[in-house]
This record gives sequence, structure tokens and C-alpha cells, in this order.
Amino acid sequence: MMSPALAQSVEMADVMRSNGKIYVVVAVIAIIFIGLMVYLVCMDKRVKKLEEK
Amino acid sequence: MQIKWWKILGIILVLYSIIAGLLMPVPHLNILNETIRNLYFHVTMWFSMIFLMLMSMVQSVKYLSGFDKVRDLKAEALASTGMFIALLGLTTGMIWAQFTWGAFWVNDPKLNGVAVTMLIYLAYFILRNSIENEDAKARVSAIYNIIAFVMMIVFIGVLPRMADSLHPGNGGNPAFGTYDMNNSMRMVFYPAVIGWILIGSWIAQLRFRIKVLEINKENK
Repeated sequence: MMSPALAQSVEMADVMRSNGKIYVVVAVIAIIFIGLMVYLVCMDKRVKKLEEK
Repeated sequence: MQIKWWKILGIILVLYSIIAGLLMPVPHLNILNETIRNLYFHVTMWFSMIFLMLMSMVQSVKYLSGFDKVRDLKAEALASTGMFIALLGLTTGMIWAQFTWGAFWVNDPKLNGVAVTMLIYLAYFILRNSIENEDAKARVSAIYNIIAFVMMIVFIGVLPRMADSLHPGNGGNPAFGTYDMNNSMRMVFYPAVIGWILIGSWIAQLRFRIKVLEINKENK
């Protein structure tokens, strides 16, 4: 099953890596994630404000 | 409660796991190919869910020894967030299954175990909604929550390991921990698990705080 010796024959996404497009994928996902986290932070602040009233 | 250090840490760890998870080298394995990177996202959902459900059960146990209503609210918030995370884990798992096993769902002990577990926890929320009296609701659902957690451990932890399974880590398959995961994966996986546990806890905490605000508003 596991054949490290034949690792080269397993298809990986080397094309996307070689032409740099993988960084676009990373950037997109990172931006979505950061956007969601900013949303969470804003929610947290809003709730905190309501709690302090 | 405000923007605490552990929340920021959660964001940093998950962001790291996204970037490193896609860019750093992984073992070249047949069938899985690049999807092995899903370890950092699909599997972390389950670890996060188990942690949240564990915390929920702990709150339920604590409730039963003091009948502090706050504990009951915390238990509910943690369980509902856990359910949400479980849903994410389930859908991502189904997509992963389609690409590696050829079907969205297979008759597999772990998958069936997860489905049963989610039904059990769904019943927890239905149970809560069915009882009007606050004290009775809290008491009964606390007891049920404890049982539900034990069932979860059985259905997704114990039974799959005793049966043959396609799922890594069960039956005849070597676990992700022994053969398929090397140290370069562990470097991303462990921070990712911690990060998602922290973010899951953050979401649960927000749900709890909002619930408290709603109740206080009702009682005015």
C-alpha cells in the first residue's frame, strides 16, 4: 500500500505549484478566512457592548 | 469577556494551517494524492467537535451538582456549536469521499457512527424544546447530554475500530498517525487542531453570551 520508493509516480498538483497559481488558491482561502474572523471579532465587540449596558 | 489572547491565537493557528497546509510538502500517497491535505480541515472539525461536546458534558455534570442555570446554558451553547461543526465535518467528509472512494456515502462503521451520533445530539435539542419548565428542562437535558456523549465515544471511537472500514484509523487501515502522517504533516496538523478548538470555543462562548443577553432582556 504505502510505497515511498514509488513516490514520484503518484500524481500531485505540481503543475499548479510550478506556475505559481497555488499562491492564488492560498490567498483566496486566507482572505475568506480572515474576513470571517473579522466578522467574529465585530460580533464579539457588539455583544460586549450590549453586556456592558 | 473581550478579545482574549486565546481567540487571537486561534485565528493565527488556523491561518497558519491554511497557508502551510496548502504549500508545505505532504506524503505522496495513492488514491489520496493532494487531498491528504484535507487532514488539516476535515479531521480538525471532528477534533473540535469532540472537544466541544466534552466541554458540554462537563457543564452538564457540573449543573447536576449545583443546579446553576448558567451551566445549563453553557452546555447547550457548546453542544449546538458542536453540532454545527459536526455538520461541517460531515459535508466536507462527503465531498472528500466522493473524490477518493467514488461515493458521497458508503456503508462504513465510522460514517454510520457519525450519523447516529448526530441524530442522538439532535434529539438533545428536541428534548430541550419539548419541556416547558426551566428546571425540569435543564435537569433532564443535562442527564441526556451525558448519555449522548458516552454514546458518541462508542459510535465514533470504539465501534469503528472494531470493524473493517475504509476510513483511515479504523479496522484494517493503518491510522493516519502511524504510516500516512509524517512529521511535516504533524507540524501543521497539531496547530490546526488547537486553532479550530479555540475558534469553536469562541463561537460557543458568543452563543452563550447572546443567550444570556436574550434571557436578561426577557426578564426585564
